[in-house]
Formats: sequence, C-alpha cells, structure tokens
Amino acid sequence: MKKSLIILSVIFLPAAVLLSSCSPRSSGKGEALTGEVKIDGSSTVFPLSEAVAEEFRNSYPNVKVTVGESGTGGGFKKFSRGETDINDASRPIRPEEIEACKANSISYLELEVAYDGLAVVVHHSNTWAKEIKVSELKKLWEPAAQGKIMRWNQIRPEWPDKEIHLFGAGTASGTFDYFTEAIVGEAKSSRGDYTASEDDNVLVQGIASDELALGYFGLAYFENNQDKLRILPIDAENGNGPVTPTAETVKSKKYTPLSRPLFIYVNSKSLERKEVQRFVSFYLEHCGTLASDVGYVALTPDELKVTQARWEEFQKQFAK
Amino acid sequence: MAGLKKQEKVIEGILKGSAWFTILITIGIIWVLLYETVIFFRHVSLIEFFTATEWTPLFTIKKYGILPLLTATFLTSFIAIAVALPLGLTIAVYLSEYANPAFRRIVKPVLELLASIPTVVYGFFALTTVTPFLQNFIPGMAGFNALSPGIVMGIMIMPLITSLSEDALYAIPGSMRFASYALGASRFQTTFRVLLPAASSGIGVSVILAISRAIGETMIVAIAAGQQPRLTLNPLVPVETITTYIVQVSMGDVPQNSPEFRSIFAAGMVLFLFTFGINNLGLYLKRKFYQKYEL
Repeated sequence: MKKSLIILSVIFLPAAVLLSSCSPRSSGKGEALTGEVKIDGSSTVFPLSEAVAEEFRNSYPNVKVTVGESGTGGGFKKFSRGETDINDASRPIRPEEIEACKANSISYLELEVAYDGLAVVVHHSNTWAKEIKVSELKKLWEPAAQGKIMRWNQIRPEWPDKEIHLFGAGTASGTFDYFTEAIVGEAKSSRGDYTASEDDNVLVQGIASDELALGYFGLAYFENNQDKLRILPIDAENGNGPVTPTAETVKSKKYTPLSRPLFIYVNSKSLERKEVQRFVSFYLEHCGTLASDVGYVALTPDELKVTQARWEEFQKQFAK
Repeated sequence: MAGLKKQEKVIEGILKGSAWFTILITIGIIWVLLYETVIFFRHVSLIEFFTATEWTPLFTIKKYGILPLLTATFLTSFIAIAVALPLGLTIAVYLSEYANPAFRRIVKPVLELLASIPTVVYGFFALTTVTPFLQNFIPGMAGFNALSPGIVMGIMIMPLITSLSEDALYAIPGSMRFASYALGASRFQTTFRVLLPAASSGIGVSVILAISRAIGETMIVAIAAGQQPRLTLNPLVPVETITTYIVQVSMGDVPQNSPEFRSIFAAGMVLFLFTFGINNLGLYLKRKFYQKYEL
C-alpha cells in the first residue's frame, strides 16, 4: 500500500510541478488578442506561412493559427466558400475561382509575399550539360516526348548517347501545374514516363544518386543539396543567354520563365476580426526575413512598400 | 442447468459470429475490388491493359498497359528470391543437420528477428545504405533501382524460407538418415542426395510463400525502387511496381470515380489474382507434403 503511494507520488508530482510551471506564460501585450486565423492552400507557400504562424504564436499565444496545405486549387475552393480567412497560392487566382468567390459575395485582396524559382538540376558529375534552352526543355517534357525522347543526344546531338532519367513533380503539386504551364505552354500537360513525386526530397534523393538524371523542383530544396546536385542555367532564348537561378535573378525576373511570385489572398470579411488584421500585418512585417530562412526569395524593399500600402488601403476600406 | 446451456449457446454464437466476420470482410474486399475493376474495364479495354507497354494514367497521354508495373514487380521479386533461396536454404541445412543445439538456439531467434523489422526500415536501409554501397562497384547504377530493394527484400523473406525449410528437414523421420548412413553415405551426401529431395515439397512451400510475400511487398520498393513505370528487365534503373503505383495514387489528389482512380483497383486485382494463385499452389503442395510422412 505504502509502496504504491510512493510510486504514485513519484509519477505525479513532477507532472504537477511541470503543469503549474508552464501555464502562465510571461504576460506580454499579445495576451489580450484572442481568436482564430484559418489558412489553407498551396503546399509551396506552406513553409513560409507556417514560419510566420510560428512567430505569431510566440507573440500572441492566445490566437489559434492553423495552416493547411490542400494545394492552391483545393485551398481556393474552401476560400470561395468562406471557410478560410487566408489562402496561400503559388499562382494568381483563376477566372473560375474569381466567379466562385463572386457567387458567394466574397471579396478579397491579393498580396505578393515572396518569390520562388524552379530549378532544373542534374547530377554533380554530369560533364556534358552546361545549360539548357527552354525549347529543349519543352521538347523533353511535352506529352509527345513520351516513350520517344529517351536519350541525352536526342535533346542535343553533341550530348552523349546515354539514357536520360527524368524526375519531376507529381500531378497533385502546384509545381507540376506551374512547370508544365511555363515550359510546355499548357498547365498539366506533360509526358508521363518519369519518376513523379509530390515530395521534393524524393526527387533530390533520386537525382543526387543518378548520373544520368535530369529533374526539376523548387529552388529552396536545391540550396540544401548543393554538393550533390548541379543547377542548369536556363536560356529563355530572349537574347539574355543562359541565366542561373539565384536570389538576384529570381527577384529581377531575369530568370525566366521558371520564377514565380507567391501570394496570400485575404478574405475582406475576415478583417472584421482583429486577430486576422493583426496576423496579415505581422505577415508583411516578417515575410522578408522569413522568406530567405525557408529558402525563398524575399520581395525588394520597394515592392514590400507597395504591398504594405495596398494592405493599409484595403484595411481602411473593410476593417471596423 | 438450462441457464448453463443458454450461456453455452451465446458463447458459441459469438465464436461463430467472429468466424463469419472474417469471411464477410474478405468477401467485402473482393466485391469492392471486383466492382471497381469492372467499371474500369468499361473505359479501358482488356487487350490494351495486358498488351500496351506504357502506363501513364495520370498524364496527358493516358496509356493503361499494366506490363511495366508487372515486370517491375516480378523483377524485384525474382531478385529477392535469388538472394533468399540459396542463403535461406543453406542456413536451414546447416541448422538442421550440422549446427550443435546450443548454436541453433541462438541463431534461430535472431533470424526470426529479421522478419520483425518494420519494412519501412528495410526500405530506407536499401535506399541509403545498400544502394550507395552497390554504386561503388556498379558505375552507372541509378539511385532508385530494382536491384537494391530486391536484395533487401531477399534478406527480409529469408527467415521465412529458413524457418519453413528447416521444419521440413526436421520432420523427416530419423530412420531415413540412418538408412543413408548405413549405406555408407557421408553427411554431405545424406543431406544433399537424400534429405533435401525428401523435403523438397516443404521447401517448395516455403519458396512459394516467400514469392507471394515479395510480390505483395510495398514499402521497400515504394521507397527504394523508384516511381517510374518502364518496361525493362534492367535492374539498375528506376522502376515502379504495382504496389508502389497504388500507394502513389492513393496519396495524391486524383479525383475519385475517374478511370485514373479506378486504375488502382484494376492493378490491385492483378496483384490479388497473382498472390491468390500462388498461395493456393503453396497450400496444394503443403497438403501433398503432409501426406508423405503420415506413416
């Protein structure tokens, strides 16, 4: 009897101490703000929004911020039904999505928060490919290439007569939509005989261990694997020559057509709630530093100023 | 007395119910599989399904040829068996005929431990350890390939072969060994000329169960073999097995009720038919094997 009592107290005492010690956090000015901010949308924007949300939770512990990643399109479906306050998007809103918002009388503001580049990469020991033209990428990835363009020398005759192993985004990812639209000319139009994965880490793994590989994924994933992969400069055939994606070329839009802006869309009705207002302001204050932390390219100070001005205008119009 | 009888009836009812429950679940699964497969074949012809050489249901040019997935499944399974059979059988012979009992008591549980490692661990072992190791010897080997998961899968199913084969060898009556020795045969001759042939059907069962396990294995190939359907018997390039494809589609956002979505049921049906057939072959052999030593 006594023994079990001792055991019980040994187990529960530290727990009780732990509980009581964490409950009242340092009381700051953020304590007063309560409520909920619901975010969903692109899995590409997710790391940025999640990073902002994490910072926000530290400053405003009583506001519940949830960030989903059902993809840009899936997110807009919920957004147009008024189920979320903010939608993350890796492309601008589509006409049919605008219609859906109108039908539910939802007005919104589009805010650019960062830039992302898609990197076309090869294995680090690939000796032949130094750069690639957009037309060559198209020839390689368009549906007509399926089962036909299978060797490196079919893209460029001076490249070796060896098999090419392709790695790219899975059909459910926004990266797939974006790449096919930018390269092939039509979203979701692609050859199908390649290693397709929604998980960029799988693609990195695959290319890093395959000397005949060529693949594409978000620039953010390249930065962590520079020793195993080599990036191909892209020649958009616009007279600029081959351009390597870097923070500068992505920002200046010299790296084209594979750089894209990332957006958040804010529902005007949600602005009636103080916590959403505060969150979006917080987002714009911090997205610059956080964007580079998670591997994206931050907006230029001038661009950020314009965005902030638009946000203030919008706030005046809708906030109570 | 009457109360006791009633209690007995209730218990019997519960037992019967649980037995029926498993049967109903099996029937339910087969029905769903069959239903979706039939609808799938309204969109896609059986001839295309079994003869076309490309599998790209999720892309612009939709091709529904199961062959690339099938060859990949057989390729990885074949490599697994090629590793597991010689190794597993050698160990079984050693444990049953040569090893001293103390050693046997240590090795057997350790071997069976191999079978209890989660397959996801095996998968990452193949991808991050075995593949880089093999690349030292095989230049040009891709990071995703059939060879490395095949070998690792062989290691995984080896205990199955060892354990069942050893049981089969062990079950051979001692009189057979003595008869062989009496005729002047050495231990090696006895083992390979007399005992192995006598246990062959039992060994056959172990191999068949191992094949069926390898064909249905998902996690190892999904992680280490790649996700690119291609019709090839080259073990050094990325391939996609039936199971990997099913995983890939289930995790993506393919609209339900589309032929693309139903393709996983058709692929699952093919998988099911193969493992079902192979298991039945195993059962048939097992029955034969038990009849042999009933004397």
